[in-house]
Amino acid sequence: MPAVASLLIIAIFFQSRSEYFLTPGNLSNLAVQATLVAIIALGEIFVLLLGDIDLSLGSLSGMTCAILGVLITNGHVPWLLAILVMLVCGTALGAFQGWWIAWLGIPAFVVTLAGNMGFLGLQLYILGPDGTLSIFDPNVAALTNTQVPPSVGWILAAIVTVAVVATTLVRYARGEVAVRSFGLPIAVTVLVVGAVAIFNAYRGIPMPFLILIGLLVVTWWITMHTSPGRHLFAVGGNAEAARRAGVQVKRIRLAAFAVSGFFAAVGGLFAASYNGSAGTLTGGGTLLLEAIGAAVIGGTSLFGGRGTVWSALVGALIMAGVANGLNLMNSDQPVKYMVQGVIVLLAVSLDTILRRRQSRGRQLGAAVA
Amino acid sequence: MLNGGAGRRFPKRRPASPPPGDPPGGGEALRVVDVTKWYGGVQALDRVSMSVDAGEVVALVGDNGAGKSTLVDIIAGVVAPDEGEFYVRGERVAIRSTNDAALFGIRTVHQEHTLADNLSVVENLFLGRELSHGVGPLLRLDFASMQQRTSAAMSDLGITTIADIRAPVEKMSGGQRQSVSVARATLEKYPIVVLDEPTAGLGVAQVHRVMQLVLRLRAQGTAIVIVSQNIEEIFEVADRIVVLHLGKVGAILRRADTTPEAVVSAVMGVA
Repeated sequence: MPAVASLLIIAIFFQSRSEYFLTPGNLSNLAVQATLVAIIALGEIFVLLLGDIDLSLGSLSGMTCAILGVLITNGHVPWLLAILVMLVCGTALGAFQGWWIAWLGIPAFVVTLAGNMGFLGLQLYILGPDGTLSIFDPNVAALTNTQVPPSVGWILAAIVTVAVVATTLVRYARGEVAVRSFGLPIAVTVLVVGAVAIFNAYRGIPMPFLILIGLLVVTWWITMHTSPGRHLFAVGGNAEAARRAGVQVKRIRLAAFAVSGFFAAVGGLFAASYNGSAGTLTGGGTLLLEAIGAAVIGGTSLFGGRGTVWSALVGALIMAGVANGLNLMNSDQPVKYMVQGVIVLLAVSLDTILRRRQSRGRQLGAAVA
Repeated sequence: MLNGGAGRRFPKRRPASPPPGDPPGGGEALRVVDVTKWYGGVQALDRVSMSVDAGEVVALVGDNGAGKSTLVDIIAGVVAPDEGEFYVRGERVAIRSTNDAALFGIRTVHQEHTLADNLSVVENLFLGRELSHGVGPLLRLDFASMQQRTSAAMSDLGITTIADIRAPVEKMSGGQRQSVSVARATLEKYPIVVLDEPTAGLGVAQVHRVMQLVLRLRAQGTAIVIVSQNIEEIFEVADRIVVLHLGKVGAILRRADTTPEAVVSAVMGVA
């Protein structure tokens, strides 16, 4: 909730500074700008939920992008097969790092820092002396450079609305939810219909944003409604308790890093699609730090066990919203970095303070028991 | 001595024959034979043997550092012994993990590291044993059934202080958390239940409820090993008392034939 409130404050603040901020065109651009960071943040969240961190996602993303470029441009491999190979590579390398962490007990910070450097080296090696590979494939380009027609957007909004209403009513009939719990489904419905209306007022739902939402829905389902998903939270909350309860802690840890690697590869695919090329800077710069920042700003704890996949979206929108708003105010890049730094610091401080309070409350509860 | 009650020589889930001269099983639910465990240069358990029959309560007592929790962890599959053998209902088994222990019908309620603070009461109770419905990738957790059974378990133990079983356990008092731990033992009918200090941190009424639960499980034919420091509790429920002293079995006493003073003497190693 604090993150959503922050998003609203940012929207009101920048709208007061620039009338262009809340226009459908700018909001559509903002959604597209947030997508790449959100996807990397989504991968990071799986690892953060364990209480670990993955510092390799940026360079892994760049390296898988390079693999895609080599396959399509030099190898003339069909685009779908090339994408499949890059996704498998990302997942396998994520799992490889997970194995070192889970089975050998090497700290994730060290393993993924080594991965960060190693994958960057591989990226440069794959790209060769030219350093850049153009990817001229209309299908790859279409992934991020197209919009869903407005009519299809409305159909999707209708499907979501019907699904949310039907699910809520069925759960109410079964006695699983009370009337006071209807707020969330109503908010979701309003948000979906509102977002589609805004996007359709411009050119329609941006394809990368729609793909991101699809990935978020699937990962939300996995983390909230399946045993492996809940085990992720259990391991992050108390790994020893989870182990004693029969949770396969090592497998969960390995799987989380594999998922993280998968999303790094998806990020690489999106980067290739945006840029139409794979370069030495792909996946570099501040991408990784922005992704970690987005996850934390969105409400996922750095200490494990707390968070939601939706924090990737909210956090990335906050980061992109601030950058976009400062752009509209003609602020310089140094100012943007400093503002983003302050936001990340505030988010982590809030997380730490809340955690400390919970811990203190528990000790107090134990003392009076 | 065969190596490893954790049974590295034995394939998982393949029970072997009991050693010659041993009883064929019958009422015996669990037997551990010559279990030894070293932590570095410290010997936590030295050829400890004990057994528990179906419908019997065996109390495991001893001073701090006597090896009670180590033995519990070994039976639970949390810790692998250096040496020793396990027999469940007369058949030799290998317990390599907590899942193996559950497979052989052993449910353990540990004293520490029992709950994930960030999860709800329901999720903690079913952690590692979640109820699901659906098929394949559509397999999803059955929260409604889990909530229903959690409420039943809470009611069974007379736990009325937990207002919301969907709330994270981190907001609960020590007694409430202990109640949640104990309630785990009642979710499914396990033939062997191991309770490590189940009444620690509980109020008088809840201690009584837990003792009632132990007696009820015994009446249902469950074999129970209970670790406790409270002599009064032990004499309330135990049929036999196994005293551990410095990692060895100091004495095995029948409750009917002994006194609290004799148990305390055995605990102190002066019996």
